[in-house]
Amino acid sequence: MLKVRNLHARVAGREILRGIDLSIQHGEVHAIMGPNGSGKSTLARVLAGHPEYEVTEGEVLFEGEDLLDMDPEERARAGLFLAFQYPVEIPGLNNAYFLKAALNTMRKHRGEEELDAMEFMTLVRERMKQLDIDEAFLNRPVNEGFSGGEKKRNEIFQMAVVEPKLGILDETDSGLDIDALKIVANGVNAMRSAERTFLVVTHYQRLLNYIIPDVVHVLTDGRIVRSGGKELALELEDKGYGWLEEPVRG
Amino acid sequence: MSTSTETIEQLATREYKHGFYTDIEQEVIPRGLSEEIVRLISAKKQEPAWLLEWRLQAYRTWLTMKEPTWGNIKYGPIDYQNIIYYAAPKKKPALQSLDEVDPEIRRTFEKLGIPLEEQKLLSGVAVDAVFDSVSVATTFKEKLAELGIIFCSFSEAVQNHPELVRKYLGTVVPYSDNFFATLNSAVFSDGSFAYIPKGVRCPMELSTYFRINAKETGQFERTLIVADEGAYVSYLEGCTAPMRDENQLHAAVVELVALDNATIKYSTVQNWYPGDKDGKGGIYNFVTKRGKCAGVNSKITWTQVETGSAITWKYPGCILQGDNSIGEFYSVATTNNWQQADTGTKMIHLGKNTKSTIVSKGISAGHGQNTYRGLVRIAKGARSAHNYSQCDSLLIGDKCGAHTFPYLEIRNSSATVEHEASTSKIGEDQIFYCRQRGLSTEDAVNMIVSGFCKEVFRQLPMEFAVEAQKLLSVSLEGSVG
Ligand SMILES: Nc1ncnc2c1ncn2[C@@H]1O[C@H](COP(=O)(O)OP(=O)(O)OP(=O)(O)O)[C@@H](O)[C@H]1O
Ligand SMILES: [Mg+2]
Repeated sequence: MLKVRNLHARVAGREILRGIDLSIQHGEVHAIMGPNGSGKSTLARVLAGHPEYEVTEGEVLFEGEDLLDMDPEERARAGLFLAFQYPVEIPGLNNAYFLKAALNTMRKHRGEEELDAMEFMTLVRERMKQLDIDEAFLNRPVNEGFSGGEKKRNEIFQMAVVEPKLGILDETDSGLDIDALKIVANGVNAMRSAERTFLVVTHYQRLLNYIIPDVVHVLTDGRIVRSGGKELALELEDKGYGWLEEPVRG
Repeated sequence: MSTSTETIEQLATREYKHGFYTDIEQEVIPRGLSEEIVRLISAKKQEPAWLLEWRLQAYRTWLTMKEPTWGNIKYGPIDYQNIIYYAAPKKKPALQSLDEVDPEIRRTFEKLGIPLEEQKLLSGVAVDAVFDSVSVATTFKEKLAELGIIFCSFSEAVQNHPELVRKYLGTVVPYSDNFFATLNSAVFSDGSFAYIPKGVRCPMELSTYFRINAKETGQFERTLIVADEGAYVSYLEGCTAPMRDENQLHAAVVELVALDNATIKYSTVQNWYPGDKDGKGGIYNFVTKRGKCAGVNSKITWTQVETGSAITWKYPGCILQGDNSIGEFYSVATTNNWQQADTGTKMIHLGKNTKSTIVSKGISAGHGQNTYRGLVRIAKGARSAHNYSQCDSLLIGDKCGAHTFPYLEIRNSSATVEHEASTSKIGEDQIFYCRQRGLSTEDAVNMIVSGFCKEVFRQLPMEFAVEAQKLLSVSLEGSVG
């Protein structure tokens, strides 16, 4: 469903992604690990279409379509969701209002009826229960004054409401306490299906105990240097990234 | 209350021929300003001698005054001798259908969701009047009259309630107040007058009334609202529909008087023609608005959403004279393209335990320049006065500007004064976040802006808040991306 070929991208005059290849099938969960500054968030942002990042080479197919040719909102409507590493605050803007507008543009795009306030609330209440989110959340401004963990939880909550085809989770586990981590992981697991795909960026093997990946990739210095099964994560936890310094080719 | 307001609104949108203003024959007097002209205006309106005298005093004072230059605004010289100071409202050419209306204006109507019938009304298209206009007016007036509320044009008030006009005119904004208010005092054409008697709560927003009459508001408008002891009134001025006017200079005066335990809420949506994308044309809006909380426990709230005009110069203020009286100012001012706004408020604390709240939201886009200028004065005798001010500026793009000039004059050490200010830019990351959730850049900007203005919109009557929000998005259209 997602095919990344030789992707190069630069920002602020510096090349950050230096030839990424990645192929994800429907229903799979792929994890991306790698040292700080290796380009994990950059990959996530480039896939989501952040205008600051310039793709200099390569191509990305999303459900067979040229992803790089689409605006960020088109990508979102086509089913790509990014749970941000650092969700931004939008002061004063009501969370529920924002999410309803977002959901309805996506539904409209899919040719589905827009939800009215009642239907929306029914859906949202159900998702909030699943993710153990307090209703008061809804009436607060988007991420304003949220704790680090609450922001992350809000991202997963939004994802659960809009039900994307591809969920990219950028370090959603960082900042979550152990209970919250389990709740979030359960939420993601509940969404797993033969059609839905996840790309999970994390530093910690712990998350992958809950969200069990099909493939683990190691990203260093803008390249994927190693891919393997879920055991790779354990190995990394043990040995760190040092032993991977020399890219393995082939 | 809301249902009755609605019926009236429905009726009112069909009304078109005569508003509540008495029909004045179409007459124009020569350009320029002189004592003769002032006398002529007063004579045409058949005003009593005391009012003519008041106008003349204003005129003579005006001659000694200089146009203020302290505002953070730039505009070419205004030729006061090239203005026609009295012209009966011209009837707009009757159009046959909406197709004849400027497509730009129609597009805006549609964006604002203004009903078709009302679109016609506002643009002067002949409408089939299902209800006789006179009967609408009568229904409205009868309802108010039952409660003893006087609500009429200023000229009518001068004729029918001269004692009230004389008692209160100029008590809040004296004729010598400032250059523009003094000019207005000499030559004001018409405006509105409202008197809410003791203990009466005005049962409807006085909004629909203005909707229909807004197109007739003149260049030098004068409004006087008096809420007697224990009375309550909520008054809406203006119109979200785009208003064009051939007169470039507008200098209105609004005076509010709240007696013991009275409350006045005065809300404005101002959408005068701002000029084109290059800054040509557009209305100069120099307004003096002031309320006096004359009685104990009285309260005056100004809420304004300013999106129009090339130049806005306006400081709705409150004189908190009665003990425990409260003044509030909630404002959203936007400037896009080449618009300039220098606006804010004055809170003058005279009584004990007086409280004021100022929430100002300035939004600048394009080359717009937005200035907040606010004065909080706490007089010697104002024991335990309290002021809270919050001035936030939002910048869209990097060619616009926001400026804040808070002035504090505190003569009583028991006062508590809090001031918060912030300037933020709509961040690339905020917009990207919204787009990642499927929203277009334009929707993203609108949402961010509406979040920014939330505290002010909350003060507006419900149906007006929705319109104001739409208006904001129209006025900021094309400011990003
Ligand atoms: N907008 C930007 N402007 C300048 N440099 C950037 C920008 N975005 C990313 N970079 C740089 O690109 C490199 C990769 O950053 P990225 O955020 O992708 O790392 P990461 O792998 O997600 O790291 P972490 O594990 O710390 O989250 C870093 O050196 C970072 O400073
Ligand atoms: Mg990162």
